[in-house]
Amino acid sequence: MTDFITTTRRGAIGLALGAAAAFCFGTAASAEVSFEGKTIEWIIPFSAGGGSDTWARFNAPLLSKYLPGSPTVVVVNELGGGSTKGTNLFAARAKPDGLTILGTSGSTQFPYLLGDPRVRYEYANWKIVMASPTGGVVYTSPSTGVTSPAEIGKLAGQKLIYASQGATSLDLVPLLGFKQSGLEVQHVFGFKGRGDGRLAFERGETNIDYQTSSAYIKNVQPLVDAGTAVPLFSWGVLDDDGNLVRDPTFPDLPHFGEAYQTMTGNAPSGPEYDAYFAFFTAGFPAQKMVFLPKDTSQEIVDAYQAAITAMKADPEYQANKEAVLGTYEQVVGKAADALFKKGTVISPELRKQVVDMLAADYGVKLGED
Amino acid sequence: MIDTLMTALATLLTLEHMAYMLLGVSVGLVIGVIPGLGGIAGLSLLVPFLYGMDPISALGMLIGLVAVIPTSDTFSSVMMGIPGSSASQATVLDGFPLAKQGQAARALSAAFISSLFGGIVGAFILTFFVLIARPLILMFGSAELFMLALFGLSMVAVLAGRSLPKGLAAAAVGLLIGSMGAAPATGEFRMIFGTEYLYDGIPLVIIGLGLFAIPEISDLLRKNAAIAERNALGSGWFQGLRDWWSNLFLSIRCSGFGCMIGAIPGLGGSVVDWIAYGHAVQTTKDNPHFGKGDIRGVIAPESANNAMQGGALLPTMLFGIPGSGSMAVFLGGMVLIGIEPGPSMMGPDLNITYSIIWSLALANIMGAGICMLLAQPISKLTSVPFQYLAPCMIALICFAAFQATRDLSDLVALLAIGLVGIMMKRFGWPRPALLIGFVLAPQAETFFYQALQFNGWGFLTRPGVLIIGALTLASIYFGLKNRVDDTGPTGDAAVTSHTSRNVQIAFALAMIGFFAMALWDALDHSFLGAVFPLGVGVIGVVFGGILLLHLWRGHADHPAFFDYEIVGDHVGNEGNSWFWTGPAWLAGLVAGTALVGFYIAMIGFFIAFLRLRARASWLRTLIMTVAAAGFILGLAYMLSLNFPSGLLQASYDLPWPIR
Repeated sequence: MTDFITTTRRGAIGLALGAAAAFCFGTAASAEVSFEGKTIEWIIPFSAGGGSDTWARFNAPLLSKYLPGSPTVVVVNELGGGSTKGTNLFAARAKPDGLTILGTSGSTQFPYLLGDPRVRYEYANWKIVMASPTGGVVYTSPSTGVTSPAEIGKLAGQKLIYASQGATSLDLVPLLGFKQSGLEVQHVFGFKGRGDGRLAFERGETNIDYQTSSAYIKNVQPLVDAGTAVPLFSWGVLDDDGNLVRDPTFPDLPHFGEAYQTMTGNAPSGPEYDAYFAFFTAGFPAQKMVFLPKDTSQEIVDAYQAAITAMKADPEYQANKEAVLGTYEQVVGKAADALFKKGTVISPELRKQVVDMLAADYGVKLGED
Repeated sequence: MIDTLMTALATLLTLEHMAYMLLGVSVGLVIGVIPGLGGIAGLSLLVPFLYGMDPISALGMLIGLVAVIPTSDTFSSVMMGIPGSSASQATVLDGFPLAKQGQAARALSAAFISSLFGGIVGAFILTFFVLIARPLILMFGSAELFMLALFGLSMVAVLAGRSLPKGLAAAAVGLLIGSMGAAPATGEFRMIFGTEYLYDGIPLVIIGLGLFAIPEISDLLRKNAAIAERNALGSGWFQGLRDWWSNLFLSIRCSGFGCMIGAIPGLGGSVVDWIAYGHAVQTTKDNPHFGKGDIRGVIAPESANNAMQGGALLPTMLFGIPGSGSMAVFLGGMVLIGIEPGPSMMGPDLNITYSIIWSLALANIMGAGICMLLAQPISKLTSVPFQYLAPCMIALICFAAFQATRDLSDLVALLAIGLVGIMMKRFGWPRPALLIGFVLAPQAETFFYQALQFNGWGFLTRPGVLIIGALTLASIYFGLKNRVDDTGPTGDAAVTSHTSRNVQIAFALAMIGFFAMALWDALDHSFLGAVFPLGVGVIGVVFGGILLLHLWRGHADHPAFFDYEIVGDHVGNEGNSWFWTGPAWLAGLVAGTALVGFYIAMIGFFIAFLRLRARASWLRTLIMTVAAAGFILGLAYMLSLNFPSGLLQASYDLPWPIR
């Protein structure tokens, strides 16, 4: 590998014009981080228009505004292989110069946690810049006889149907959650997204479903008001010590742990709960994360985190964040570190337990190596 | 409601909003003209500029783009026989023969006025439908969606060509290719043959370009002539408008279908043009010559595909569920400007809804008008000797193809599917049948499995299922009665084609080999993962077997015989070059990409092609290469795209764009 000029997209075009200037700034950069005249590529391993893409396109211009030297931040969609392809590419190619960042999602974490053979990336190598939590609410149909969250016990023994995107998708979290709280749920696979699943619920084909918070507020709350849906519990959020607490967006709803207790009479614990908790953290509190490649200097990481802290006060950010992020704050520093650790580490035993269960109950094969 | 309507219209009709919409429309027109690039690429171009824009202007711009792509994509469909986007594949069937007969102007004007009309009908239906659409959309459960997928598949009956077993075998090939990758019920990976690329299945754009664009380019390359055999556009502008007027009811019906099919989430709009085309064939009684230049074969799909865009807005706005890839990007754009779709779009946000609908109507008018004006200059392209046009077309098509996953594998897949397309064209295998099978395979399988899970076999007695089932049977009946033969002149074609019987048998055997491979692969999977490919594979083997029997034992005039190399209209002309010319050049470009990456390979390809094949002067070669390299670079820059890399990039760290 030769270290050729580290030009970027915009740099390549403006090379003739700005060669001299770029050189001057280039030398200054070693002392103090500045991305002036540079282009930062934000790799999103998902297609344009999806949740992760929208999230990145919302953050990119703000990041550009607050990073030192106001670089251009472009979102590069490198899709394929359920997000493993673009992530592999980042792991193999990105240089520790702060000019390439990666945005991951639960769909990137899950194959890694499950040991998918397509995964050739190692989270532990990377430096976390920011974590973007999300949450969700599980609701049921009044046809089950349940009229309030407190009556969740009535669901025991009933035949519930859930529209799932697949056993290894983000819907693994409800799968594990329902299973251990003793709910008998038939998972019907092949849905294209949670929106599709909500449609099946509205059509009466399913009787239990969940939506992420903003979709819940926008699309399910009207159903609740009309009496055609009953909220059961929120997945909950993690406090600073990593404990599961009620989602501040839905303070009146119990979180999953409370619902579990109502259903089973015990506080959640044991290896099944630990497995659930690992995937829950990777899928919700640590759903979307931004990474810099390994060996990136602490100055660059700090510059990024300072920019993110600054951008959160921007009026543009404040005005539009609810539509994109829902009701959750993007975090940096220690909070992000904690989510990163919890959301990307699983013990080999727990992994084996989940993989074996998926194979036995749902015939899931993770592909051959 | 009238108040909201008028307020929405008034906000739209300000200079600023119109200017933004015009910008969207212009980008959409350009993207539509370029084969293979569709709404996803266009919206991706505009999304970075959304930031901080006023929502109504931003929406106007996005809608302007989405609305006109099915208008301008007609250019390359009619004039080159290459679908400009997946929305106008069916237009090729009759539009291109019309152009070859010197009636391009007639076909284009009929297409544009149909597009315009379809778009307006779409907006009109939306205006009234939006308030009552929610419960109607919710009536379509998995069972009904499965039946609709079957209804779409029934169009194979119309498009099966002269030999029914051949057509059904082609559809089975499509269904199997469509079932590659993760099984909907279990997530297990089928027919991936150890390649990571096939985990996600082959993208639609690759199938579309491989089946339709590559064979056409390869054909044109051999003839050493311009595309237009007579004058480029011909006369007939008013003829086209009159044609549309006398088929007004066809246009209305197809617009209605288009809007409805677009509005049903989960079906996807990719087959709407074929359904409209099939409908035109099924309902035409007087003197049909579909497949050989029937203007009704242009009016029907063009009316439907613009109306479909309007319909597709409904599930996007009311449920936040994108009906197609471009609607997904549109939805992302809406969220970026702070609009969250949902039931509020027919409540407090109704004015936004109406401004979207009005934008749709206005954009269609703008788009069709501009297309009419541009027809004359754009048509000049077809009188350019094809050797000069060919490298540009090949480069653009490769560029469009690797939009899919931005990988060298896209180009390899394009080449492979292109070879299949070339052989299918030569031996009269109906490519539309394969395409329909491909598009509907995942829907048919997924919805069937879901319907069984939700309703058990009882789903067959649901009223919606029975109604759509009856429609499907009627469609098959009328389809078989009026089967379209797009393979050229009839009569003694079969007799003379008989001479190359052995090659035709060899190709049929290769197709049966593919079925066998699918069956063999299916044996490895669980029941739920295997049952669909197993069933389709068996059907394929049966019809492939019947076809073999026809080819082996049939009389010399049996309709199964067809060889374009014997009966094609180019036969006997001077200067036809080698059959494999086109694929060979494409293979060269793909091999070059594997070595030095796409951008360098493309430049080398241009120089080599222009010097060796077109025998252009160095000056012309240089100018054309620089222009093309600049254009592709600009496009890639705006799309934030890294070109596929090769061996060179694996060993050296190079700057963009040759990275």
